[in-house]
Amino acid sequence: MVSHTSAGKGATAGSQQDQGVLTRLAHRVLMSERFVLYLSVILFLAVLPFIPRIATGGNFSNLLSNLWPLLVIAVGQTYVMILAGIDLSQIAVIAVTSVLGAAVMTLGVDPVLFENTVLWGTVMDESGGILSGHWWSMPAALGVMIAVGALIGAFTGAIIAKFEVPAFMMTLVGLLFFSAFAVWLTRSENITNLPESYSAIADRGTFGILSWSAAIAVAVTVAAHVLLSRTVFGRWVYATGMNKKAAVISGVPVRRVVVLCFMISGICAAIGSILYSARLDMGRPAFGDNLNLLLDVIGATVIGGTSLFGGRGEILWTVYGVILFVLLSNALNLLNLSFFTVLIVKGCVILVAAWLDVKRRELLAR
Amino acid sequence: MTAPALELDGLGKSFFGVWAVRGVDLDLHPGQILCLVGENGAGKTTLMNMLGGLLPPDEGAMRLGGRPYTPQRPADATEAGIAFIHQELNLFGNLSIAENIVVDRMPTYPGLPLVNRGRMRREARAILDQIGLDLPPDTPVDALAPGEKQLVEIAKAVAAHARIIILDEPTTSLTNRETEVLFRLLRRLRAEGHAMIYISHVLSHVMDLADHIVVLRDGERVGGGPVDAFTIPRMISTMVGRALDQLFPTRSHQPTDQPVLEVDGLSQPGVVKDISLTLHRGEVLGIYGLMGAGRTELARILFGLDPHGEGVIRIAGQAAAGTDARGSIRAGMAFVTEDRRHEGLLMDSSVAENMTLVSIGRFTGRGVLLDRRAIQDAAKTMATQLSLRTGDPTLRQPVRSLSGGNQQKTVIGKWVLQAPEILIMDEPTRGIDVGAKYEVFTIMNDLAARGAGILYISSELEELMGVADRILVMHKGMIAGRFERSDFDSRAILAAAFGRTVQDAAE
Repeated sequence: MVSHTSAGKGATAGSQQDQGVLTRLAHRVLMSERFVLYLSVILFLAVLPFIPRIATGGNFSNLLSNLWPLLVIAVGQTYVMILAGIDLSQIAVIAVTSVLGAAVMTLGVDPVLFENTVLWGTVMDESGGILSGHWWSMPAALGVMIAVGALIGAFTGAIIAKFEVPAFMMTLVGLLFFSAFAVWLTRSENITNLPESYSAIADRGTFGILSWSAAIAVAVTVAAHVLLSRTVFGRWVYATGMNKKAAVISGVPVRRVVVLCFMISGICAAIGSILYSARLDMGRPAFGDNLNLLLDVIGATVIGGTSLFGGRGEILWTVYGVILFVLLSNALNLLNLSFFTVLIVKGCVILVAAWLDVKRRELLAR
Repeated sequence: MTAPALELDGLGKSFFGVWAVRGVDLDLHPGQILCLVGENGAGKTTLMNMLGGLLPPDEGAMRLGGRPYTPQRPADATEAGIAFIHQELNLFGNLSIAENIVVDRMPTYPGLPLVNRGRMRREARAILDQIGLDLPPDTPVDALAPGEKQLVEIAKAVAAHARIIILDEPTTSLTNRETEVLFRLLRRLRAEGHAMIYISHVLSHVMDLADHIVVLRDGERVGGGPVDAFTIPRMISTMVGRALDQLFPTRSHQPTDQPVLEVDGLSQPGVVKDISLTLHRGEVLGIYGLMGAGRTELARILFGLDPHGEGVIRIAGQAAAGTDARGSIRAGMAFVTEDRRHEGLLMDSSVAENMTLVSIGRFTGRGVLLDRRAIQDAAKTMATQLSLRTGDPTLRQPVRSLSGGNQQKTVIGKWVLQAPEILIMDEPTRGIDVGAKYEVFTIMNDLAARGAGILYISSELEELMGVADRILVMHKGMIAGRFERSDFDSRAILAAAFGRTVQDAAE
């Protein structure tokens, strides 16, 4: 492997002299921290001649409304991945929080559909959810969603930390259990009739930038970035992900770090759920079946450069990865390809990006 | 005179314009053991990486048996009959000895993709006989002692028809007896005409084994010749570039009689039994014992990493809370572990990040945000204090890229930043060169002079006798002997380590 590296370096150095500016630029792009972002720009420019519609304001706003929730969820996933873990239960958290949040703030649902659910008479009835009808209903419901997300995250994290269950296994259990739980809560009915102030979160605003979704997603991302890169906790996260034994001996409270990271992942999933549910204007238990969303979250995080083996990753990288993913999906949709074709092309592009990233890391490691 | 098996002619390699190796000439003849010595960072590893096809040389030439040799990849070196045996062994622990020996050319049934296990076993048996290793070929490698693994690695090299065997610090994790067995084998291979390059910091081994010695310093060959022309002091002064009149720094202070760590009747079934000791401020208390005597286990219990049954641990008079490294650190303890790669360092993190990991809580400037400049400053001050040699003055390079001695200094630095009251050091000089050792001792003495108590665990008896005020000897989890500085006697200490009483040895 190492010999490949040096051979690759030799080749690059040689061609640099031969081809001059363009190659050097390519080299710079390949070596940059913002590589994935540049890749997005290249993708954008490459598809522009074929689908000029991609550059219209309407499309941008569409693109951004897809970007914000995915970004928030992937930010949470980044914390867990830096720990060398993975959180498959995020979409189940989205489902449970979507249902519970909607249940407590709904303005009233059809009794025929919900009479037999466990929610009926406990958190909602004919007159709506228990928190409905006040000016603070909506924020309180958001609080409930975030708290539930944090709770589920803390629960999975605690089991992983305490019993040293592999994160993959435990969050797989979480995924199965909580997505089924969400469906059970409503007998798979969607909870509708949410307050207008809630669905306003999904309003796209001007070009999708001046919107509640954007404000929330940006705030979460910035906070997560500062927490990870500028605090003691952030340093502990990296240390734990890089070398657990050394971290323990150096006085890092490893278990607490693990629990907190899964809590953050749960909270981010809950916030993502707030954005998604607002867009659909309903509490939707079927979020837990949306494995494509889960793959998008994990794919975007990994393509951003966060290592599946832990210790390496940054929130900014995840931002770039999400941009690439959302842009790619958007471009493929605009090309009017069939669902299957979209997935196949997406797979290929991810493969290429992953390959470029491996090459790039080999060069950097030198 | 036979043609040299290997000739290096003005070999050089630079990284980012800095020469790591320059103008190195070297001849290695069949049936010769050439010992390569030099401080960490002297260029030994770079030289061997060029030989092994991991790095292309920037200048100079290599010849094997008179023919030009330009390896492009490690497989080329193997094909050319060069075998490398590294500190970290390249064996598959889950496979048997036989499977390991023939791993790259498993015999199969003709025309079938199935391994002929009988033939594999016979081939392995033949090789094991050839090198005089009496082990059943079906034993899984994980079940072997470190020394036996080392021998299997050599068997693998012999099986691959290696004519040149390069050994990099092969004795680091071996007991004395295992080392002897290894040396017997190396001499036997020499007699059979194998050529060997042997890299080690253990100069007594070098004197014992070498036919020829080559000394590297700062990437250049600064000395060399037949072993008779060398003495250990001369080797050291050539390596260091100045005469090093002493191996251990002079102590500027005396230990006090204030206890800082008291252990009373500490037991943990199967690990340690009835350990009582007192460590005073300003004292270096040595702990000696053979491998498996329970030294590291004791250190881990004291630091709160492992539980213990009976007994009391008191830090500065206060009973220690329990099993928790964080509690121990808060109480003023520090622990330089034996295995710096797996327990001491975040290998891919920067020097600065590693150094400030333990004390990171101190660096929150205003509010909760880390004061990055303060972190940088603290790391730099510590790096200067430890005379840490890194290529990057900003300390942003990953610790992985440092030499062993500088890695060890980084581990020590991370604890010294915390100004510990009790410093436990487990084999802190393993795999580091004389110069770095001296510096480690100096740091240790400084800490002791400031009133810290130091628990110094080592299997290097000479070193312990050089730095410790008292030595406790462990045997089978118990303390088998206690020696004051005035009664240090290597024979008595060794006897205690082997479980004989001090009286027996005195007789």
